[in-house]
Amino acid sequence: MLFYSFFKSLVGKDVVVELKNDLSPGDTRSAHATGLWENVFSYLEDVDKGIQEHSESYLSICGTLHSVDQYLNIKLTDISVTDPEKYPHMLSVKNCFIRGSVVRYVQLPADEVDTQLLQDAARKEALQQKQ
Amino acid sequence: RTAAPLSCSSKHSTKEKHLVLLRDGRTLIGFLRSIDQFANLVFHQTVERIHVGKKFGDIPRGIFIVRGENVVLLGEIDMDKPCDTVLQQVSIEEILEEQRLQQQAKQETEKAKVTALKDRGLSIPKADNLDEY
Repeated sequence: MLFYSFFKSLVGKDVVVELKNDLSPGDTRSAHATGLWENVFSYLEDVDKGIQEHSESYLSICGTLHSVDQYLNIKLTDISVTDPEKYPHMLSVKNCFIRGSVVRYVQLPADEVDTQLLQDAARKEALQQKQ
Repeated sequence: RTAAPLSCSSKHSTKEKHLVLLRDGRTLIGFLRSIDQFANLVFHQTVERIHVGKKFGDIPRGIFIVRGENVVLLGEIDMDKPCDTVLQQVSIEEILEEQRLQQQAKQETEKAKVTALKDRGLSIPKADNLDEY
């Protein structure tokens, strides 16, 4: 309930929602974990030449937070995709609904968040949940 | 538990087309007939749109019922916004062929990468054999 209330307080602000990339249930390899390993091995020059693809870019959507619900599903208005070349299907979509379960990050404007208050509230919630 | 309309998505017009991105990467476009709190969807006159590079192709699919857990994103298609200026529509056979070639190229680079790493005695752990560590 805490983050539901928190997001409700941010309605009307511009946010960037970054979605999970490793979503396909049929994929045996987690794309995110693979990306991490590739960073470790990237010092290998032969691997860099032509074999290594550009780093995994995740679908990020920028927009105004319209509403949120108890599942942290997010509705954004006036959206724009950060990499329109890779995701052309969103060209004519202005508003969208994003299922909460596929969100990896929600990037917020720093001046809209009182981190101290949020931290205290989260700690209290965690304590309450333990009991 | 009865299906109830989503609290944060009240005004869906049935005259406008919707676009849904699925977890397996597919894109469906059609008229959204119903939605519930799990994001289960009923799509009417559905078309599966495949994008490869700057080309795309539409495959008519009829009526679709999508289980909510497979939904990534649901958007309203704005008819006024100019959309197909950079994208070129091609026939179904052509886009399927393009897709097949794209998958093939991807598999080849993947294979080359795995071989290059194996030559150095390194391997990227796959999700299915992580438990062996």
